[in-house]
Amino acid sequence: MNSQENNPDNKSAFRNQKSEILIVGIGNHFRSDDAIGILVAEQIKQQHLPRVDVMTHNGEGASLMELWEGYRHVIIIDAVSSGAPPGTIHILNPRKETIPTAFFHYSTHAFSLAEAIEVCRALGNLPQTMTIIGIEGENFEAGETLSSSVHAAMKTVVEEKIREIGSRM
Amino acid sequence: MKSKINSSRTIKVDYLARVEGEGALTVKIKDGSVSDVQFKIFEPPRFFEALLRGRKFSDAPDITSRICGICPIAYQMSSVHAMENIFGVKLDAQLRALRRLIYCGEWIESHVLHVYMLHAPDFLGYQDVIQLAKDHPEIVQKALRLKKIGNDIVTLLGGREIHPINVRVGGFYRVPTKKELASLTANLEWARDVAVETIKFTATLPFPEFEQDYEFVALRHQDEYPFNEGRLVSNKGLDIPIREYENHFVEEHVEHSNALHSVMKNRGSYFVGPLARYSLNFDKLTPLCQETARSVGLGETCNNPFKGIIVRSVETLYAIEEALRIIKNYEMPDAPSAPFEIKAGVGQGCTEAPRGILFHRYTLDEKGDIVNAKIVPPTSQNQKTIERDLKEYVKANINLPTDKLTWQCEQTIRNYDPCISCATHFLKLNFIHE
Repeated sequence: MNSQENNPDNKSAFRNQKSEILIVGIGNHFRSDDAIGILVAEQIKQQHLPRVDVMTHNGEGASLMELWEGYRHVIIIDAVSSGAPPGTIHILNPRKETIPTAFFHYSTHAFSLAEAIEVCRALGNLPQTMTIIGIEGENFEAGETLSSSVHAAMKTVVEEKIREIGSRM
Repeated sequence: MKSKINSSRTIKVDYLARVEGEGALTVKIKDGSVSDVQFKIFEPPRFFEALLRGRKFSDAPDITSRICGICPIAYQMSSVHAMENIFGVKLDAQLRALRRLIYCGEWIESHVLHVYMLHAPDFLGYQDVIQLAKDHPEIVQKALRLKKIGNDIVTLLGGREIHPINVRVGGFYRVPTKKELASLTANLEWARDVAVETIKFTATLPFPEFEQDYEFVALRHQDEYPFNEGRLVSNKGLDIPIREYENHFVEEHVEHSNALHSVMKNRGSYFVGPLARYSLNFDKLTPLCQETARSVGLGETCNNPFKGIIVRSVETLYAIEEALRIIKNYEMPDAPSAPFEIKAGVGQGCTEAPRGILFHRYTLDEKGDIVNAKIVPPTSQNQKTIERDLKEYVKANINLPTDKLTWQCEQTIRNYDPCISCATHFLKLNFIHE
């Protein structure tokens, strides 16, 4: 098991107060490029940014809704498979656009991130700002290593995209 | 004329919605009768068994819990019980109760998700829960609050919201104080009333007349509704200790599915999950559960898989009442885990995941390293029964128009809340957005 993941600091049960910004990395350590969201989140966590909570998640929608409840700004990082060149970084703004229905039917979670966003929209409780950073993956087979193109994208997301989004909040 | 139109056709669903994991369905109808049914699973869960080889015994609960994002506690529980059976570990009463409590949390989360988010839209004629949320926001709000109470239990005992890490062989790394547990009581009391309402609500849904003669298999314990312990029993005479599981159940490979089909030797398909647990353990439910179930017309056994939504609601109420009971009687144990000595051996564990019995078997060497592992999840045990249901359901409803029959076939699968696997979840976007 990854030592970062087992760090008791990550135990939100013992967290006293929520910050303003939540960054969630979604993924699975055991599915190659699918781990990218988690790895990005772990790197950002090490920077100890003020007013920012960083968490990792498996992508199940209902618990994601519970996770982001009470945060004003939410950034989600996840692996994507859209046919674009591996390493492509997609930026989506759920407050401005509805995620296409097809999105749901290809997620392997019964109730996915996209559905969580749409249910929040229907209930009128989407966070004030929300950004989804999708990183195009290449290999989603069982394994514990990243493709090189995805690895390169990780650096860009950690160093540029997060700062860029943070400066707009 | 209708029967002529429908005499030969294929019902095909490439990606099943509202089930966990990647699955597909094909039903072939030829000359007015069902010629073939295939419930396909694309996911390769066996990877985890290979991944476990050579790892420490203590890694098993954390690694296997990643097989499923909905029921990580079930994987942790079956694995720690298997290891404890090898080492001969005995837990004190409070540690044992805390394990039941964390399982209560998982049942609440999983059952509420299925009842409201995944299954209710089928009965109410909604494409998905988003449409339901638009028309009935109050139902969805209440469901989310109910589900969150399950999550709060898992978070408190598991150490964090997702991927709980506080469960270990011998007990826990840290146990809660009385005060921490007591903080859950007020919400659980609210939840108890909502769970009773949920049973009444689900009982009003329209159910097809569809009863089958199943062999139900579940754990049965002398004193309590089963979570972690008991004997494996069925309504057709099975009554064995967990360690004999593999003498009675075997896995078969079928060409159209990546998941192995589990069958009972010389008997064939069987049924695991809420309907089986309920029908084999009705007498162990609380008086309130029994009374509410009876008041909505649910008998002591239930053979209509569509009514699984009511049974899940009854089990949600049970989990809430059991959580309240455990919290009320809690005294903080002296140590968070029981001591043990590592030794070589073979151990089995079987616990009641929300979707049914989850079997683990491990072989350890003298250093406690895993030599081999076997994991049989509930969905692979139900696959054959799901196909049998589909066949029978289509046979009885062969004159329905294709779109309606397709919807009802999907619903027939969703009755089982199949968790095909949460081992992957990447988003397959079919558009590029710069």
